[in-house]
Amino acid sequence: MLAVKDVLSSLEQDNSNLIKALQLIQEQEGYISNEAIKEIANYFNVSPVDVEGVVTFYTQFKRIKPGEHTICVCDGTACHIKGSPLVKNWIEEELGIKEGETDKDGFFSLEVVACLGCCSLAPVVSIDGKVYGNLDRKKLLKIIKQYRNGGAK
Amino acid sequence: MIKRIKVGTASCGIAAGAKDVLEFIKNNVTDIDIVEVGCIGHCYAEPLVEVETDDGESIIYRDVKPDKADLDKILSLSDEKRLKVRNERSSRELIMVTKLAGRISPVSIDEYKKNGGYEALAKALSMSPKDVVDEIKKSGLRGRGGGGFPTGLKWEFLSAKESERKIMICNADEGDPGAFMDRSLMESVPHQVLEGMLIGAYATGATDLFIYVRAEYPLAVRNLGIALEQIKNEGLNNLNGRVVDIKIKEGAGAFVCGEETAMIASLEGKRGNPRYRPPFPTDKGYKGYPTAINNVETFGNVPLIIKGGADRYASIGTEHSKGTKLFALAGDLKYPGLVEVPMGITIGEIVFEIGGADKDKVKAVQIGGPSGGCIPAKYFDTPIDYDSLKSLGAIMGSGGLIVISSDRCMVETARYFLEFTSRESCGKCTFCRIGTKRMLETLEKITGGKGSLEDVAFLEDIAGKVKNGSLCGLGQTAPNPVVSTLRFFRDEYEKHVVDKQCPALQCNALVDLYLNQDKCIKCKLCIKNCPVNAISDDFVIDCDICTRCNTCMEVCPVDAIKRVPKGGKSE
Ligand SMILES: Cc1cc2nc3c(=O)[nH]c(=O)nc-3n(C[C@H](O)[C@H](O)[C@H](O)COP(=O)(O)O)c2cc1C
Ligand code: FES
Repeated sequence: MLAVKDVLSSLEQDNSNLIKALQLIQEQEGYISNEAIKEIANYFNVSPVDVEGVVTFYTQFKRIKPGEHTICVCDGTACHIKGSPLVKNWIEEELGIKEGETDKDGFFSLEVVACLGCCSLAPVVSIDGKVYGNLDRKKLLKIIKQYRNGGAK
Repeated sequence: MIKRIKVGTASCGIAAGAKDVLEFIKNNVTDIDIVEVGCIGHCYAEPLVEVETDDGESIIYRDVKPDKADLDKILSLSDEKRLKVRNERSSRELIMVTKLAGRISPVSIDEYKKNGGYEALAKALSMSPKDVVDEIKKSGLRGRGGGGFPTGLKWEFLSAKESERKIMICNADEGDPGAFMDRSLMESVPHQVLEGMLIGAYATGATDLFIYVRAEYPLAVRNLGIALEQIKNEGLNNLNGRVVDIKIKEGAGAFVCGEETAMIASLEGKRGNPRYRPPFPTDKGYKGYPTAINNVETFGNVPLIIKGGADRYASIGTEHSKGTKLFALAGDLKYPGLVEVPMGITIGEIVFEIGGADKDKVKAVQIGGPSGGCIPAKYFDTPIDYDSLKSLGAIMGSGGLIVISSDRCMVETARYFLEFTSRESCGKCTFCRIGTKRMLETLEKITGGKGSLEDVAFLEDIAGKVKNGSLCGLGQTAPNPVVSTLRFFRDEYEKHVVDKQCPALQCNALVDLYLNQDKCIKCKLCIKNCPVNAISDDFVIDCDICTRCNTCMEVCPVDAIKRVPKGGKSE
């Protein structure tokens, strides 16, 4: 794994790369740590609070270490109409966590996102970027089980 | 003989299992060329596999499974499982912008060229920049990103500017949570979007090109990136001796960044706060340089106009809305997917004939997402163009079209959109930040069964204030879903607050679950599956414990459990 410093040194020291820097670091570490914020502020010669301001503005950035797998429930219009609130409830029940949290084993985190662009298959969730569509409760629980058993790629 | 096998692996295909199909075919067929293509718009039938024969025939197979039975059908060109485009659809659609989508490999510049790609750019380069701008002006092309601003005019503004650097941005933020036209274009025909941008850069003198893509679209980013490399390798970004720079920038998940000035701030690495206009971006945009922003689909139209000529383009559509429009059809209908229709087609034709929705069940469509509105079924003969939609309180928006059936609650739909906009408000303007929040709370009160007629009046009052008190389009249009549902479905609001009933039986606080003992076969599936143990051993649902999660309804083999109005036990 590359250190935050190495990631940064691959970028031009232009403020327009700040978001890119955060994205690359999150890709490496899974979230944006306090140390990362300090390093980025240093590198782009801005104050840490400016970096923090950017981090909190964009929903993509996480300040808490996520679980091994991230489940994103789509709550876009099509999915909402097709029952995504229920899908979210089912997952929350199954994992015992709420949106934005990670379960106690650090295995799953749960997020709610707006439209994954697969509305024709609503309702959908994505797990680590892989999209599962046309869900009902049974199908969903089966998928979660697959991940728990290490069977899903 | 089969020449090629094409597997649709756009996001919609992958979600339906296309990667497994692709792998299976690759493992079992070695002597035929197998390529990955994008989306042809028939998302309801994914995974789709297209077979090209030596004599130029093309057969598409639908719902393909990764097994031998289906593969055999494909290889023997069987009649089974063929995708038959229903006549109702093919006679209404007009495929222009998406002609190559799903037909060619998105990441092969050679294939794009073989099908006429980059001819428009060559033609543009043989014209003067001014003539190109004039051609776009004459075509009547209006921005597909929602506002409907004439593209030629915007380009004229930019080309008139004297500056060492001029910026052109492709808006690929596609924030409407129910729209996927731009995703599909970028995944399926990235070269077409890029060709449109290059023509734009030539016409306006833009030096730096950006594509601002939503973070949730990894495949679009990938395909655009590959296409961009190919362009640079072939020197296509050399516009008669002037080399332009093109960069892909990924957004980070903020709806407001689809707004022009917010997008510019975001590209500069800042928080995506919109700012007051004027100055307009064409005067003062990215890092202070003149900047023009256009939508993905807008750019996708440009090569067609240059190649076929403005007059031919302008012959399609209505007086003030020219060409075709892509719509992402979803919701309560039989054939969700991506459709391309000529401007001027009616909503009913899209919903019923193309979408196959059930005439007796459809209550409304939602057009334009969080900035748009609902149009009730009685207005379905309205033609789709910028101006008629506006007069009904909706907007063309980017092209999300959600069909809503009678078992969906309109108050809940409005609440959903306000939840979205209040969350996505950047917080700069008080009316947008707090006004949308108050609206959301009021709507929650109503769907929660605690609303009153005063609350409905309050919604109407504050809607106007939020509209007038906000700086950017987000706040100005945020009340639209409420205003339009109040206009057309006021009775549903009144039922919620006066009778404490949700006519669609959707709002959980106003609904009970009822188990019909006469139908019940005592299989105990519901008892076993209830996550909160709300069902007693003698099959009575305790509605105080029940969370209305519908699990029991889903598992019941004889449909003995139903949602009923709160307090009412009978059907
Ligand atoms: C809150 C908000 C969100 C927007 N989101 C998008 C979007 O996702 N895609 C888009 O092309 N335009 C979006 N727009 C419109 C853009 O500001 C701009 O009008 C458009 O990109 C111009 O391109 P066009 O003339 O080709 O349509 C949005 C506007 C607002 C106010
Ligand atoms: S609304 Fe869920 S994928 Fe679009």
